[in-house]
Amino acid sequence: MDALLLQVLNGLDKGSAYALIALGLTLIFGTLGVVNFAHGALFMLGAFCAVTMQRILTLSYEVVDETRTDFLGNPLKVDVPYVQSWFGDSVGGGIIDWAVPISLLMAVPVMIFVGFAMERGLIKHFYKRPHADQILVTFGLAIVLQEIIKYFYGANPIPTPAPDAFAGSFDFGAMLGMQAGSIIYPYWRLVYFFFALAIIGGVFAFLQFTTFGMVVRAGMADRETVGLLGIDIDRRFTIMFAIAAVVAGLAGVMYAPINSPNYHMGMDFLVLSFVVVVVGGMGSLPGAVAAGFVLGILESFASMAEVVAFLPGINQIIIYLVAIIILLTRPRGLMGRKGVMED
Amino acid sequence: MSKTDLTRRGVMKTGAVAGAGLAVPTIFTARSASAFVNEPTGGSVTLGFNVPQTGPYADEGADELRAYELAVEHLNGGGDGGMLSTFSSKTLDGTGILGKKVEYVTGDTQTKSDAARASAKSMIEKDGAIMITGGSSSGVAVAVQALCQEAGIIFMAGLTHSNDTTGKDRKANGFRHFFNSYMSGAALAPVLANAYGTDRKAYHLTADYNWGYTTEEAITSATEAMGWETVETVKTPLAATDFSAYITPVLQSDADVLVLNHYGGNMVNSLTNAVQFGLRDRIVNGKQFEIVVPLYSRLMARGAGENVKGIFGSTNWHWSLQDEGSKAFTRSFGTKYGFPPSQAAHTCYVQTLLYADAVQRAGSFNPCAVVEALEGFEFDGLGNGPTLYRAEDHQCFKDVLVVRGKENPTSEFDLLEIVEITPVAQVTYPHDHPQFAGGALGSCNPGV
Repeated sequence: MDALLLQVLNGLDKGSAYALIALGLTLIFGTLGVVNFAHGALFMLGAFCAVTMQRILTLSYEVVDETRTDFLGNPLKVDVPYVQSWFGDSVGGGIIDWAVPISLLMAVPVMIFVGFAMERGLIKHFYKRPHADQILVTFGLAIVLQEIIKYFYGANPIPTPAPDAFAGSFDFGAMLGMQAGSIIYPYWRLVYFFFALAIIGGVFAFLQFTTFGMVVRAGMADRETVGLLGIDIDRRFTIMFAIAAVVAGLAGVMYAPINSPNYHMGMDFLVLSFVVVVVGGMGSLPGAVAAGFVLGILESFASMAEVVAFLPGINQIIIYLVAIIILLTRPRGLMGRKGVMED
Repeated sequence: MSKTDLTRRGVMKTGAVAGAGLAVPTIFTARSASAFVNEPTGGSVTLGFNVPQTGPYADEGADELRAYELAVEHLNGGGDGGMLSTFSSKTLDGTGILGKKVEYVTGDTQTKSDAARASAKSMIEKDGAIMITGGSSSGVAVAVQALCQEAGIIFMAGLTHSNDTTGKDRKANGFRHFFNSYMSGAALAPVLANAYGTDRKAYHLTADYNWGYTTEEAITSATEAMGWETVETVKTPLAATDFSAYITPVLQSDADVLVLNHYGGNMVNSLTNAVQFGLRDRIVNGKQFEIVVPLYSRLMARGAGENVKGIFGSTNWHWSLQDEGSKAFTRSFGTKYGFPPSQAAHTCYVQTLLYADAVQRAGSFNPCAVVEALEGFEFDGLGNGPTLYRAEDHQCFKDVLVVRGKENPTSEFDLLEIVEITPVAQVTYPHDHPQFAGGALGSCNPGV
């Protein structure tokens, strides 16, 4: 029982990442009709916003420590962050410690800019081109973004820890009256899950309860009619692209402490996120979110030693297997609508 | 009117004899020119450095390339000479190899076997490389080693830790200076038993590929010999990035040690996840839960950050070693690049010197002469103490370092501290040991 509960919990944070990326993908596909293979790269850029903020906050000057020597036998140069010398050890140290949450503030404008630049500079030229062209150009863009990040940050993962306040794990076992330590879950993963819920809720609320959202939804349903009503739907869709980029970016920022960011992390999520979108139903926002969580949890279960011992390799194919079964039984995905990707 | 005795038969005879006579020197010249493939004929010789320049191990490849450039500089008489002055063999004098200036070409392995073979092939066929060296993965090393064997080129392996490189996949033209999984197990197990006791239950997470298997086998057999019990071994996909689903079953088991048979990004992520899930804060069976990483590299330790503190592992070499060879190399590398070298850089630098020295001693670039010079070669002064290049499997036998993540690092390069220098006798095994069975060197191939 506790093993099952643990795997559900495990699936939630991974599912959160899948859901957030798939949500952005669906927003872009639903509005602009573009299959954006660069979406994983936006997730990666978000994570590197956290890395960049950490580097900014730890910008240092060198102080020579005569009592110690470096590897060449010279007096050791110790880096002292400016923030720490300006605000003192406790306040300055605290600011550095909270680099990841602080970087959310930086990630929003950065991702809006990146989203606008991508859409206006490249993707808008491919609206009327076949999906294959869109995939090629966005995939190429993803590789370019990856290589840029690798050029500046290197190929190695860069540790980006969560604030100390969220270090350690929450003991669900003790809370549920089971044996203490039997079900533990890292605090930051819980934070990530609730953060994802908040972002997903925010996007749905924005689309559901604002005039802007209503117009966008109308445009998703019937772009031509909305255009005929004199509404500049293209401009709104461009804004939606930027919002989708922000969602992916914020998902990346908060994911940075879970696994040290590297230039390739976007690709690791991209393909699975596409499967999530297809399973959820092309163009369906609730479908993308639901499929994200379901597949995240299924993947966790399939990784259990007992399951792998029974069905070797199942952990690597479970998502694709589920996708095949769902597409055979429900060709439009879990919540897909008629007419989407069927022209 | 002059008389001529020309007959058809006579002309043919004369022509045949003259033709044969003229051809004789050509045959001899041709034979001597192609005694072995890519024989250097001008004033220079070309080495091929096949390292990951893109992909997940690009940083490690960059460090290898720095070391190779330094080695070439030293061989050609530049810089401070590095380990040339501490190397026990004194044949290298800074005038290149056999008086030929050393030049080099580079290839990008991308840490993919097919890409590595393609780049090695290109360096051999287009650039005329006489020797190929480098790499940061056992899969690549085994693939390129096999290619070099077929092509008649010497392969001096870079960072490759799988038993198979000098085990079932060993080749006569291939040589490995780096240590291997068996040696990691043999060096680590006594230290672990000493630090954590002999009554321990270990849970293994193992990368699902060749290196992972040999490392798991080496560590389980070495620790079981010390009294540990292996409660579970679980294979994890090489492409896995989040290991939480594999870490949580550890909580459910009664294991009190987690062994991470992972390298590179896998190790960074699995260790980070294990620490996040509070494994190191757990008390199981009345004992503190511990994590072990059999193969450490500084670049991985940097990726894992704070999480490596206090965790045991093994390495081939570390810049903080105080022997004259290590000090000379660290000074040379550190002065040129501003930071200390990694173990990957060290093994690549040493391999280049060992090759150059073997050619010098053999008096020939002929691969078979080089193989003969390297087989059974004993040397010192290259950072690992007295070392033997064993003839039977072309594996170097030398001391192995057991290290631990440092509690108070002074810089981003000062992450590991040496706990023990395991003497070579403790990590030596018979060449037909079961973990290395199934392979044969064959005979050297000069390529023609």
